[in-house]
Amino acid sequence: MTTPQRPTGLSRAEVAAKVAAAIPDGACVNLGIGAPTAVADHLPDGVEIMLHTENGMLGMGAAPAPEHVDPDLINAGKQAVTAVLGASYFHHADSFAMMRGGHVDLCVLGAYQVSQRGDLANWSTGAPGAIPAVGGAMDLATGAREVVVMTDLLTRDGTPKLVQDCTYPLTGVACVTRVFTDHGAFTITDGRFALDEIYGDADVRWLRATLDLDLVDARQEDQT
Amino acid sequence: MIDKRRDTVTEALEDIHDGAVILVGGFGRAGQPVELIDGLIAQGARDLTVVNNNAGNGDTGLAALLAAGRVRKMVCSFPRQHDSWVFDGLYRAGEVELELVPQGTLAERIRAAGAGIPAFYCPTGVGTPLAEGKESRVIDGREHVLEHALAADYALIAGLAADRWGNLVFRRTARNFGPIMATAARTTIAQVDEIVELGALDPEAIVTPGVHVDRVVEVGERPWLRDGAFVGGVTVNGEPLSQPTTKEATA
Repeated sequence: MTTPQRPTGLSRAEVAAKVAAAIPDGACVNLGIGAPTAVADHLPDGVEIMLHTENGMLGMGAAPAPEHVDPDLINAGKQAVTAVLGASYFHHADSFAMMRGGHVDLCVLGAYQVSQRGDLANWSTGAPGAIPAVGGAMDLATGAREVVVMTDLLTRDGTPKLVQDCTYPLTGVACVTRVFTDHGAFTITDGRFALDEIYGDADVRWLRATLDLDLVDARQEDQT
Repeated sequence: MIDKRRDTVTEALEDIHDGAVILVGGFGRAGQPVELIDGLIAQGARDLTVVNNNAGNGDTGLAALLAAGRVRKMVCSFPRQHDSWVFDGLYRAGEVELELVPQGTLAERIRAAGAGIPAFYCPTGVGTPLAEGKESRVIDGREHVLEHALAADYALIAGLAADRWGNLVFRRTARNFGPIMATAARTTIAQVDEIVELGALDPEAIVTPGVHVDRVVEVGERPWLRDGAFVGGVTVNGEPLSQPTTKEATA
């Protein structure tokens, strides 16, 4: 396959900033383990959101200074965090009821694959011999009111992560509505990916050539 | 007179039998009843089914119980971690069984057991491998799977403080599974940093009412609170504090 050379895209931090800019003021948000955690560092000034961590806290704050690390105060990734003013603690069943019950406005998750109907695969590659671990991924995918994916568009070897149908075991069915990648942002509507924005050096021709998708170009006219 | 205090961990754990199903509190190291687990290793019960969110970190607590060969089956949501080498080795060697459950479903199955609900329909996991073989039903146009309550013989949990009635308060995110596990076991044993006088805990602030707790034992301030190697073995930057290469994998 003669796909043109991969264009330069945004850095992880820049993608995190794009996601952060899309979060409405006042939202209750869960940021998944890994890259999505960085979204918290890029919230615009004046925006106040309530961060939910599924191990049992609302109002999660940034990492503490080393001398203030508290082993009883951690996030879902088991990293030391702080509690902001207004924070609350609760047990696990309450935490997941909060999610499943539709009280968490938005979650940001990583992905191995996202399909055009919004299926998410992000917990297992199904590789033989791998030890399966799912954590709260399925609960988040099913329960958050909006599931936003933040991921590289392509794997390291150049395989697209946006696909017609996921080949990896699913985390949730038809749950993802938006995807932010290093090369562009997409919305999933009516079983198709719509391109909202292109990032970096990519152009729509490269995206169409790279992604085996019936891609809708939904960009504003002035963004060509 | 109601007095659930026990003088020692040994006394608190003495009747745990081989083959018991045990809910073990904690999320990583936070809320893990490490001193009770050490006591359980010394007590010797084996062939255990252990329910915990994870499957041990590093070489202490739950990982040490696994390494001692006492666990037949783990029920958890997230066994695989950078510092779960003990479980990884046992699992690969076929020496421990695994039941993988989505985290929220795990919590709700425990909660249901404590609340007298034998099973419930849940949307989580529908369309995924974890729903395979489960009864399903469409309710209000959405598919759900039937999940069964997860009751146990014992719960071993960790709190911050208790009184002799067994009322418990917790500390920060170390609360995690403690309150629900306390309700779901025939016998709940809580280790606490401190046992206080009856009346010293504010009734408005008690998280677990004493009816759910059978035995409390004071362990003092947990030494690992300040040993710098506790957060699931991860630094504030998320880097492992210790590498599997520093220990022989327990395969």
